[in-house]
Amino acid sequence: MLQVDSVTKAYGGRVALSDVSFGVGDGRITGFVGANGAGKTTTMRIILGVLSADSGTVRLGGAALTRDDRRIFGYMPEERGLYPKMKVAEQITYFGRLHGMTARDAAASTTSLLERLDLAARSNDTVDSLSLGNQQRAQIAAALVHKPEVLVLDEPFSGLDPLGVDSVLTVLREAASDGAPVLFSSHQLDLVERLCDDLVIIANGEIRASGSREQLRREHGHDRYELDVDGDLGWLREVPGVTVVDFDGGHALFETADASVAQSVLKRAVADGAVQRFAPQHPSLAQIFREVIQ
Amino acid sequence: MSTVAPTFLQSTLLVSNREITMRLRSKAFLISTGILLLAALASIVIGSVVSANAEPTKVAVQRSVINALPELRQFAVTDVDTRAEAEKLVRSGAVEAAIVSNSKVSKLGITVIGLSSPPSEVISAVSLAPDLQLLDTSKKNPLLTYLVALGFGLVFFMSAVTFGSTIAQSVVEEKSTRVVEILMSTIPVRTLLAGKVLGNSILAFAQITLIALLASVGLLVTGQSTLLGTLGPSIIWFIVFFTFGFILLAALFAAAASLVSRQEDMPSVTTPVTMLVMVPYVLVILFNDNPIVLGIMSYVPFSAPVGMPMRIFLGTAQWWEPLLSLVILLVSTAFVIVLGSRIYENSLLRMGGRVKLREALAR
Repeated sequence: MLQVDSVTKAYGGRVALSDVSFGVGDGRITGFVGANGAGKTTTMRIILGVLSADSGTVRLGGAALTRDDRRIFGYMPEERGLYPKMKVAEQITYFGRLHGMTARDAAASTTSLLERLDLAARSNDTVDSLSLGNQQRAQIAAALVHKPEVLVLDEPFSGLDPLGVDSVLTVLREAASDGAPVLFSSHQLDLVERLCDDLVIIANGEIRASGSREQLRREHGHDRYELDVDGDLGWLREVPGVTVVDFDGGHALFETADASVAQSVLKRAVADGAVQRFAPQHPSLAQIFREVIQ
Repeated sequence: MSTVAPTFLQSTLLVSNREITMRLRSKAFLISTGILLLAALASIVIGSVVSANAEPTKVAVQRSVINALPELRQFAVTDVDTRAEAEKLVRSGAVEAAIVSNSKVSKLGITVIGLSSPPSEVISAVSLAPDLQLLDTSKKNPLLTYLVALGFGLVFFMSAVTFGSTIAQSVVEEKSTRVVEILMSTIPVRTLLAGKVLGNSILAFAQITLIALLASVGLLVTGQSTLLGTLGPSIIWFIVFFTFGFILLAALFAAAASLVSRQEDMPSVTTPVTMLVMVPYVLVILFNDNPIVLGIMSYVPFSAPVGMPMRIFLGTAQWWEPLLSLVILLVSTAFVIVLGSRIYENSLLRMGGRVKLREALAR
């Protein structure tokens, strides 16, 4: 369990993070969501020790992190970068060795990672000769070469084509199923929704919500229902406990916190005539996000 | 994970190893080093070949006086029978001078004939030289002193600037490609700096040692072992001083370069350091015969690598002076490394504009 505890950071007079606390469970993929400048990158840099916090601590398994503990972290910074003139495999091996692997282990791990990321054919090419998408894969390999036990990835999907997204997803799921806490940030809310178990939402340097996806759904945003009938649904506005979001004659989208109210709406619609469609919709992450950061 | 935390030394060696490998892979570097080495060797070989092949002066000598004269082996002698014949040869330029008999005017019984100016070489060969005693024999030939000063100054300047800008480039490359953030999350910043300084210092040391070796071999092959004997100790001290002096300069170059994030901004921060390197070069060429300037230079840390070997060559340094100067150099190198690593650490993650020195030095 990776735990961020009351971390505060200011640049000059501007507060970047105020009292930020959240946890990343073992084997859980945690999405870190927030607008640009909300404090995601600063938080991740503090977790990795690249920046120091003004106050607060980062713990792993209950104990405050040391430089040595961070060796088992895999980090992908938002600002991507590799040595342009170094060969791909040589470079990934170099990072493995900087993390303390032996030359042979680092080389073996590099080979298998490049295979999994579909980059084996480019092993001996220099990084600057790769396409952007392939550079991105090489970057991911650099973050994973030392078989990290904790993953912190800042925008790992930006710049990837759908195939690239899939291969990275696979790698992240494998890491999590091995029990690693995985924290990643992303602007692509649909991806976050597909991938993550837990969510942390940050705005203006403050944590606005955190918890499992289901828990956040329950706490924020209500279930919506879509209803299509042959007749007219004008009566729906008068039903207590119902908020109509969208309405057009025989089509309505409404919200209610109580599932039994939705059922009674359905019963009345059936009694009135033919019902073409009745579809409960869970609130999307985008909806929750908008509600939470307001 | 089966790995063990790497020690400071292991990480430093990994970083320095990468610096050296990448540098040796650069064709531009290999070519420029090759040219520098060739130039050093060529200047010695060509110099001695030219002096060895200098044509002996041609002299016409009248047969009647030839046996009365001392050794004329250094000249190419043409025998003539008459004075008229000798004058003809001098006028036509076939010989530079002639020696003919003349018992009336001179004690030696000869006349030396030249065309428009007195042929001093011939005159001194046939003259009787008085006994000569020089009071200060330690004074070196001023031309040789100048050449040695130029050699030390030039090698110091070229090597320091070459490897200084290499280290500056490598620092800016890591910032401009953003690879620095992964590095910082993997190894301590001190290690990164130490590895860079070590790697480039090894390269610089290897280069000037090679130049020194080539120069020595060149002197030996061309039969100038006496000169090598006088130059030897100062060359060895030069290598020692240069090595530690370069570490100081490398730390300065790295710290300066860390203030900017783009290659094109680099000159604005490294120029002051390059100036520092140029000062000893210019001073030693202008003041290689001024004991006060040389004395000061030999103790100021960044000019000591040129100043002290120069004084050792001239024989004006006491045995303890290079040691004292070396201690001063080591202490200042340690100080600059501490200062430089603070600037480096504080500036690495600041992208975009140039970081102000005051901010970079803040705790």
